[in-house]
Amino acid sequence: MRRSAATALGSVLLVALAAASAMPAAAESGWLAPHPPKGKGEHCVADTAFMRRNHMNMLLRHRTEAVRLGVRTQQYDLNGCVNCHAVAGPDGKPVSFDSPQHFCRSCHSYAAVSIDCFECHPSRPEETGKTAAVRPADREVAAIGQYLRDIGR
Amino acid sequence: MSAGPQTAQPLADRRALLRGAGGFLATLLAPGVTLYAFGAQGSPSEGPASSKVRWALLIDIGKCPPGCDLCVTACREENGWRDTGRPDIDAQWIRKVKLRDAQSGEHREVPVMCQHCDKPACVDVCPTGASFKRADGIVLVDKHICIGCRFCMMACPYKARSFVHEPLTDQKPWAPRGKGTVEGCTLCVHRLDSARLPACVETCADKGGGAMMFGDLNDPNSDIAKAIAKYPPSQIRSDLGLEPAVRYRNL
Amino acid sequence: MAKLRFRRLDQHSPAFWGVIGLQVFLLALGLGAALYMEEHGHAVTGMSNQIVWGLPHVFAVFLIVAASGALNVASISSVFGRPAYKPYARLSGILAVALLAGGLAVLVLDLGRPERIFVAMTTYNFKSIFAWNIYLYSGFMLIVGAYLFAMMDRRASQSAMLGKTMGWIAFAWRLILTTGTGSIFGFLAAREAYDSAIMAPLFIAASFLYGLAFTVLVLATTGRELGHELMPKEIAEKFRGLLSIFALSLLYFTIVHHLTKLYASGHQGVEVFLLRDGGVYPLVFWLGQIACGTLLPLGLLALARDSVTVRRLLPLVSVLFLLGGLAQLYVIIIGGQAYPLKLFPGMEVSSSFFDGTVASYRPSLPELLLGLGGISLAALLTTLALRLMPFLPELQTARE
Repeated sequence: MRRSAATALGSVLLVALAAASAMPAAAESGWLAPHPPKGKGEHCVADTAFMRRNHMNMLLRHRTEAVRLGVRTQQYDLNGCVNCHAVAGPDGKPVSFDSPQHFCRSCHSYAAVSIDCFECHPSRPEETGKTAAVRPADREVAAIGQYLRDIGR
Repeated sequence: MSAGPQTAQPLADRRALLRGAGGFLATLLAPGVTLYAFGAQGSPSEGPASSKVRWALLIDIGKCPPGCDLCVTACREENGWRDTGRPDIDAQWIRKVKLRDAQSGEHREVPVMCQHCDKPACVDVCPTGASFKRADGIVLVDKHICIGCRFCMMACPYKARSFVHEPLTDQKPWAPRGKGTVEGCTLCVHRLDSARLPACVETCADKGGGAMMFGDLNDPNSDIAKAIAKYPPSQIRSDLGLEPAVRYRNL
Repeated sequence: MAKLRFRRLDQHSPAFWGVIGLQVFLLALGLGAALYMEEHGHAVTGMSNQIVWGLPHVFAVFLIVAASGALNVASISSVFGRPAYKPYARLSGILAVALLAGGLAVLVLDLGRPERIFVAMTTYNFKSIFAWNIYLYSGFMLIVGAYLFAMMDRRASQSAMLGKTMGWIAFAWRLILTTGTGSIFGFLAAREAYDSAIMAPLFIAASFLYGLAFTVLVLATTGRELGHELMPKEIAEKFRGLLSIFALSLLYFTIVHHLTKLYASGHQGVEVFLLRDGGVYPLVFWLGQIACGTLLPLGLLALARDSVTVRRLLPLVSVLFLLGGLAQLYVIIIGGQAYPLKLFPGMEVSSSFFDGTVASYRPSLPELLLGLGGISLAALLTTLALRLMPFLPELQTARE
């Protein structure tokens, strides 16, 4: 009785050890890890390692700042993230959050962490040409106006 | 453009020329941006909204033609809410209320939206604080923490708020809205934060009767402050003491 | 005085299991309805931008108000020092907790975003009466739990001081809770049907009535289950008196509420709507609340000739009082919303957003199932508690 229990325990431990040692190799080869698609161009917020660990806290902070304080920046604009990290589907158009290919889905489905961002925010880039987001041109125009008022005083 | 030192005499002429040219250039570059509407706070900063400003709207009912609903269409276009054929549950951020005086039979139409009160009843009753008043006076719903209890809708005397009764897709990126949360007129806060006018005001000025004036109440030099100082306008349900920022003339 | 003995509900007839099965089924339907509403949005319900709170809120407020009233019997025994009610104190406490749980479940499941309940429990706007209510409800659960412990634990129950202290705290808390629930409506200056300080005492009177009615029903059904009466004739007479007084005081507050609003000519519109011209609302008010829910049961109680008849009538009159309570809350909550807001006094208004028009409301099946599910939850929790621990009184049958 005791010998068969010991054998069973030993074999379980052996399998677990083998699996644990295989994990890093599996992750590197992509067998068990999520595969978020690469965004366009250079990162504009922070490097990948930082984002992987901290994007949740960043999002929580910046959403509060944007909505409650009115601090809107181009760098932390959610639409900017959506635009760069858009993934084209089979028809060439960007996929929405419903598709498992969506950038956020690729990790969040893997980690089984549900998010409700895209119940309100669109998960695809909007059609170009129609935007009311912060535009550099508006800032320049308003700066001209400010200058004119300043020199008028 | 540099602001270097200049001599006194030709200064006035140069300034006048620059102002004229600059103004013309600004009009060409960004249609719809009214530089002087923003008074003391000219440029959109990447800093927070300031309590030095109090945004307000003055609507002249006399210039609001019956049958015109350009403000409503503009708001729909800008913010993405639409008529889906179920008027009892469709969101309506702004509507034209048709008035008929029972005694004289006179007809009028009044655009009604969130009044952005200084003492908002909706902010008082919200259990999570999702309904809040921003520093510059705009009353908003923080949909990140709204639990959808609809108590603010019960409390609002103006019926300003709508509840989203269905799942939504393809929202405008600058106006996120979703099922299960409450929403209402934001005074186009996304536009204000980049120095543009609310969609309704802009459209009314461009294509409608020019009934809407927008500006900063706290700036005594702004058009709206001067207009209000000249002839005090009225407010809807002023008896409730909520001090709305939306005022009406010829109501 | 003989020592009080308590027992568990340990005898079960086939009918009992039938009823339990039915409650489980109704609870499952209720949960399914909640899931359906959350998946598809509130478009599947009868609620709209005009009637924002519907049938689920009627049931939820009903259960919550009844919960605070159910604690009454325990309060009478410890706070007001009436030993005759002491055998029922434990049941009174557990019934209060179960009814509150049922009401809160319905309220939370009807939220637009029920998954954000954790946000609601951690982020507070302290100026909101709703936020205060969340504290009052959770505090009520804890305090009644502590009160039950003081009554039931062997060592704690020996201290009369502890029992009395907990009784006072529970009584005070429950009054504040019901005041808070009434104030949810009373504080709303925007709606003509509300906006009145009398909503709070009206709700307190209602809580006394509904709470005792539920207690009587539980005693009647468990007594039948156990095979002997849990309400001796003296207690039945006392309950008759209490129910009558509670119903009359609720009627009094209702009359004062409506008369005051009728007197001020500004508010006459809403009163005429609710009492005469509003279609379904006057019907539910006069037929449901006043006739069937107040006058008929009062008449039955008054005309019952002897204690045995009274005892036999108690479950029926309790059901009538409770149905009257549902009717009352229907008129208050839904009727109050159906009447249009007066943005432009003195003018006739119309718009695409139903300004100036009476809002129509048709209760939908998911809402009804959710509301009934709340009642089933309360019933199942009560039965489970009675089964597990000695809440029911063991009465001396020799005194019958």
